[in-house]
Amino acid sequence: MSTNSQPTSGAAIAVSGLTKTFGPTKALDNLHLTVGTGEVHGFLGPNGAGKSTTIRVLLGLLRADSGTAKVLGGDPWNDAVALHRRLAYVPGDVSLWPNLTGGEAIDLFARLRGGFDRKRRNELCERFDLDPTKKGRTYSKGNRQKVAIVAALASDVELLILDEPTAGLDPLMEAIFADAINEVKDAGRTVLLSSHILAQVEALCDRVSIIRQGHIVESGSLSDLRHLTRTSVQVETVRPAAGLESLPGVHDLSSTNGKLHFDVDTDQLDGIIGHLHGLGIRSLVSQPPTLEQLFMRHYGEELAEATNGSSR
Amino acid sequence: MSTMTMSRPAAQAPGRQNSLAGTGTLIRFMLRRDRVRIPVWLIVFALVPIGTLSSFAEAYPSAADRMATAQSMNSPAALAMLGPAHYFADYNSGSMLMHQLFAFTAMAVGLMSVLLVVRHTRTEEETGRAELVRATVVGRHANTAAALIVAFATNVVLGLLIAASTATSDMDGITTSGALLFGAAHTAVGIVFAALAAVTVQITGYSRGASGMALAGIGVAYVLRAAGDVGENGLSWVSPIGWGQRTWVFVDGRWWPLLLSVALTVVLTVLAVILSTRRDVGSGLRQARPGSPAASDLLVKPFGLALRLHRGMLIGFTVTVALLAVAYGSIFGDIDEMLGSVTALSDALAEQGGVLIEAFLSMVMLVTAVTVAIYAVLATNRMRAEELAGRAEPVLALPLSRTRWVGSHLAVTLLGSAVMQLIGGALLGYFAADATGDGALFGKSIAAAAAYLPALWCTIGLVVLLYGLRPQWIGLGWLVPVWAFGIGYLGNILGLPTWLAKLSPFGHVPEMPSEEFSLPPVLALTAIAVALIAIGLAGLKRRSINVV
Ligand SMILES: Nc1ncnc2c1ncn2[C@@H]1O[C@H](COP(=O)(O)OP(=O)(O)OP(=O)(O)O)[C@@H](O)[C@H]1O
Ligand SMILES: [Mg+2]
Repeated sequence: MSTNSQPTSGAAIAVSGLTKTFGPTKALDNLHLTVGTGEVHGFLGPNGAGKSTTIRVLLGLLRADSGTAKVLGGDPWNDAVALHRRLAYVPGDVSLWPNLTGGEAIDLFARLRGGFDRKRRNELCERFDLDPTKKGRTYSKGNRQKVAIVAALASDVELLILDEPTAGLDPLMEAIFADAINEVKDAGRTVLLSSHILAQVEALCDRVSIIRQGHIVESGSLSDLRHLTRTSVQVETVRPAAGLESLPGVHDLSSTNGKLHFDVDTDQLDGIIGHLHGLGIRSLVSQPPTLEQLFMRHYGEELAEATNGSSR
Repeated sequence: MSTMTMSRPAAQAPGRQNSLAGTGTLIRFMLRRDRVRIPVWLIVFALVPIGTLSSFAEAYPSAADRMATAQSMNSPAALAMLGPAHYFADYNSGSMLMHQLFAFTAMAVGLMSVLLVVRHTRTEEETGRAELVRATVVGRHANTAAALIVAFATNVVLGLLIAASTATSDMDGITTSGALLFGAAHTAVGIVFAALAAVTVQITGYSRGASGMALAGIGVAYVLRAAGDVGENGLSWVSPIGWGQRTWVFVDGRWWPLLLSVALTVVLTVLAVILSTRRDVGSGLRQARPGSPAASDLLVKPFGLALRLHRGMLIGFTVTVALLAVAYGSIFGDIDEMLGSVTALSDALAEQGGVLIEAFLSMVMLVTAVTVAIYAVLATNRMRAEELAGRAEPVLALPLSRTRWVGSHLAVTLLGSAVMQLIGGALLGYFAADATGDGALFGKSIAAAAAYLPALWCTIGLVVLLYGLRPQWIGLGWLVPVWAFGIGYLGNILGLPTWLAKLSPFGHVPEMPSEEFSLPPVLALTAIAVALIAIGLAGLKRRSINVV
């Protein structure tokens, strides 16, 4: 685990040892999470892992059983009001007031937060192609989500806490959202982005944390994490590469038409390539691990447990 | 392939049948969901007649006692509250039961029916659950049909239970045929209001609004018969509760007025079906129109937001209270006439410390205050509703303290209930002064209304306390208006001990103008209200949001 690879001082979010139970359910179990100032931090994990619960604790909406949490240097429970002036939140399931229009809801959120820029708000509405005159209940799911996104982006805040903000957005809007987040990043603001869309996390995030059953199981920059997983290699050599499978870090070796396919632990890549070089490389294709593979590994454990458990 | 034809609207002959596809399954599903709720209602209704009859046996052991009661009841206040004077012709235990109880049990049956129908129709649509159901092999009218069948059947069983429970009594005047008619009168009222609810759920897209409209219908029915019973005019004949009372159960029973209820039920059911074909699943009759693209300066303040969220309920209840006051106010003229003709009857009430008009005013004031208390409980529940709907969360993620958030909702509720109560007092005072020519009644009436304010604040305080400490139990707040009405209002007639009424804040309010104003209870109630609200707020600051 590389949780300690980032200094905690000056972190926008610093959580340690957080535990929260709902009756018999242990939603958070000794959770550690650090989000550095100015970074876009991806927050990943299977359904029910505890992402939303963590976020609600960070917002001072839930009271943790034990552990400490610091948001922008303050205590999220006791300094809630002061902190909320400096952060904006987009929930995953936006519920709007049936008798308020989207425009009214945006203004309400943004102006109650303070630091509201009307020009920017109108520009965002246009960018996201959002009709602000519709009543809350008449919005489609994606448009409801946009109301919350526009309200959050229109405020001038240091920290954005986004809980699956793009659930329900079409691909075009997702791209626009990505642009907007990049602008936020350029402006030096911090983002905590919980998402199930791995491509989005990969494109936007500097660092990610993976949570499973209320516990962070992996945390670090994407390149850090890549080192923890395997690169897949396809190679054709002049001399036959006998004995390759006995080298450390090589897995799942197979050959078709004289081409070798195998996965290699990324931290052993250098040694393997050196070995292959000695055999004369005719062609080489190497694929870095995708976040999906990384993620699936953590899912996989769960999946394997689940299928073992249910097999008759 | 059958699914294709099922989902098509009722067009041809086979379509008609298909539009009811799935009704049986839905009925079983509704009964399963209500497997506790309906039996509880039924048991309570079955117990009421036996319980009341046995209390009569103690309170009025002889025919002479009942005669005396009949005499004292022959006042405008009692007639307006209970029912027509025809029952005094033979005031036996049975007719006394009918006269003193029916108006209220009928309203309760109406309440049960309205809640049942709305719960299984509009609430399902509003939450989106109906969409899942309608996407299966279920015809377009199946849900309405199933809800109405369940409601009608419940009311039939209810009528039979009431009849059976009443018939077990061997007190004088109770006959089996009378008991059956007594039960049927309840059934008749229940089915009318079930059908009315089936109509209101078509009109509006919100379950709260649909229940509100149907419940207002019950209130109107009660007040119309009150005006009709005092004024001896035809008004009682436009009220389903009035029809039930005009069966003269246990006096010289007749069934035919109940046919009016059946006819109205049929008309309303047909109307509901017609309206349901003119709207989309999930919406009301009127399509939502676009609104303002930007928020006003008021809306972006917490108070402004709360005001906006409460607006519909605020207007609805203010209109209800005003109508109530106007309807009761119109009775003052009749009372004045009655006073001129039968002065002897006023003795009993005059002894209690006020002239008839003032006694009547005090009674109506309690009804107004209870209505406002219902508003107060509903409005205070709004915060919980916001929390459960997930709308409190993004608001509390703003730089807005929980105290301010609750404070803005409370400000609207406290102000709103005070304004309603005073409007009610002013209107009643105006009518009373106008009818009697006694201008002082206007001021007295407003003062009487104001005396209830601390009790209303206590009611609000109790709900805030529950909300802060035990939000799951917030429903207990309903005990206050229910108790105030059930014990404070009915307890007088049923001869219940006064300490029971004192358990509710309303039992401590000086019943002006027939009673003198007294400061200590008013101060005490205010202090209790402040304490309840403070404890509730402190609790809310400590607890997690979105606990279920
Ligand atoms: N108010 C609550 N009461 C009881 N249990 C809860 C409550 N809120 C969350 N939980 C439980 O806590 C666990 C974590 O839930 P959480 O909503 O944080 O998951 P999540 O990671 O956000 O999942 P998803 O990806 O589906 O949004 C789940 O097991 C959930 O059932
Ligand atoms: Mg979640």
